[in-house]
Amino acid sequence: MSGLSQPLQPWSWLLVPALICAIATIMLDAPARFGPLGLPEPVFAMVPAFAWAVIRPSVLGPFVVLLSGLFLDFFWREPLGMWALALLAAYTATLATRNLMVGQPEQVLWAWYAAVTVLAFLVAVVILTLESRNMPNLLGVIWQGGLTALMYPLARRLIERFENTDLRFR
Amino acid sequence: MSFRDGPFQDLRVPLAWTAAAATIVAVIAALSMLLADKRDARPDHKDPDKTAGFNGARSQFDEVISPISGLFAAPLRWTGGLADDARGYFNAVDENKKLHKEVADLQRWKDAAIALKNANQRYEALLKLRVEPDVPTVAARVVQDSRGPFSNARIADAGAAQGVKVGNPVISEHGVVGRVVGVAKTASRILLLTDVESRTPVMVDRTNARAILTGDGGAEPSLNNLRGREPVREGDIILSSGDGGLYPRGLPVGVATKDLRGVWRVRLYSDRAPIDYVRILEFEDFSQLAEAAALDNKTLPPLGAVDSAQVKAALEAKLAPPPTPKPAAATTDAAADAKPASDTSAKPGAKPADKTPDPKAKPTAAKTDAKPKPAQKAHP
Repeated sequence: MSGLSQPLQPWSWLLVPALICAIATIMLDAPARFGPLGLPEPVFAMVPAFAWAVIRPSVLGPFVVLLSGLFLDFFWREPLGMWALALLAAYTATLATRNLMVGQPEQVLWAWYAAVTVLAFLVAVVILTLESRNMPNLLGVIWQGGLTALMYPLARRLIERFENTDLRFR
Repeated sequence: MSFRDGPFQDLRVPLAWTAAAATIVAVIAALSMLLADKRDARPDHKDPDKTAGFNGARSQFDEVISPISGLFAAPLRWTGGLADDARGYFNAVDENKKLHKEVADLQRWKDAAIALKNANQRYEALLKLRVEPDVPTVAARVVQDSRGPFSNARIADAGAAQGVKVGNPVISEHGVVGRVVGVAKTASRILLLTDVESRTPVMVDRTNARAILTGDGGAEPSLNNLRGREPVREGDIILSSGDGGLYPRGLPVGVATKDLRGVWRVRLYSDRAPIDYVRILEFEDFSQLAEAAALDNKTLPPLGAVDSAQVKAALEAKLAPPPTPKPAAATTDAAADAKPASDTSAKPGAKPADKTPDPKAKPTAAKTDAKPKPAQKAHP
């Protein structure tokens, strides 16, 4: 049990998941099409943004969320800061409601994750609409948001991997 | 003495507070970048190397990410190629029959195209039209494809080293794909017609009606700003209009279709097949062709020449007919001084028919009115 009380190493719970998300995003943005459908394009960075806030409050966490968002903005050529703000909104909302939600049944946690995903997409839609004076296709937004919400099991796995590592936050 | 040994050694700031402060700092940083970003800024024609906002950083990012994306895309491309080969092998007979029918159909179009091209060349020679020159192209492979509702852009593996510039139109073997919005040394970023930011001047081939093709992140961009009675019908062919000088006139874009809400949309030709290879047209838009220095010359006609006495005389001449010739001459001189600035913009608006039959006169109006090449018209 002594290993469990060791503080978390930033590279293991922040940097590695962020890198995995970046690689997954690059891989699924390959110009491939299977019949009429392209590859799905969920926002992978949503998974760690939610999980980091659930695992524990952190000083480094928001900055890694910021960097993940900026990577998406550069990679997808969005207004710089759009995904950074959207992910930070989700991170902040999760952090603010953390005490209420921790320990709830699995379905409630999934609904919580879906709710913060909706919040992040709402922020992205508002920013893009204001910036381009044109609303993005809502069906496309729902499709991408739905795919992102379906990735909760990955967030659950990340939370389970690290939530008991630092006993101060149990 | 370290910080922990000093007078603050007993100070304990709750982690929740520091985490909240860090979050606020991160949000402020993101907001600042959002406000400072100018991704739509076009390159300065005086200094093309100067980039606005974070566009320089974007180009550098594309330069770095292009080979990485290419690496990840390769296995998928090979898998896709194998699947296509297998499909082709099993559907060879059906495909052959279909192609025979298509060739017979295209032969008719080819004959028509030859006849039209011949007639067109004769008209051009008779009218002494200055036709659009052939546009050189650069072939490139697409290595990254963002296709979400917020962004529809691609990275191609050709950049400034191959002569690609910001604003160059991009086409596939089927039709217009988009235009270049960012250029690095060996990579370029293409904004697709379907992107939320994309606005493309187009025309309906049948009626010549103009419209703006507006992307929304979906597969079928909408036709906005349509004018006239029934300017478009289901199945009408949509071409680039060339207005504004961003695209050459007459490039095939797609087919008009009405959605469930009654909004006119365009089913893009470029959406018929995966866009893996593209051609970047080294087309110079009007703003690049124009002599920038002359357009920027903001010196007004010499006001000093028109002194108060002349103004007074001009007013008197207006009030008391018949006018004296001198003030009128002064006014004409002032107008003549102002002429060079407006000359450039006036020419493209004139029609060849307006020209006087002076054989020495060079008709410059044909540039925007040149007909699309027969091969392009016959495309669908």
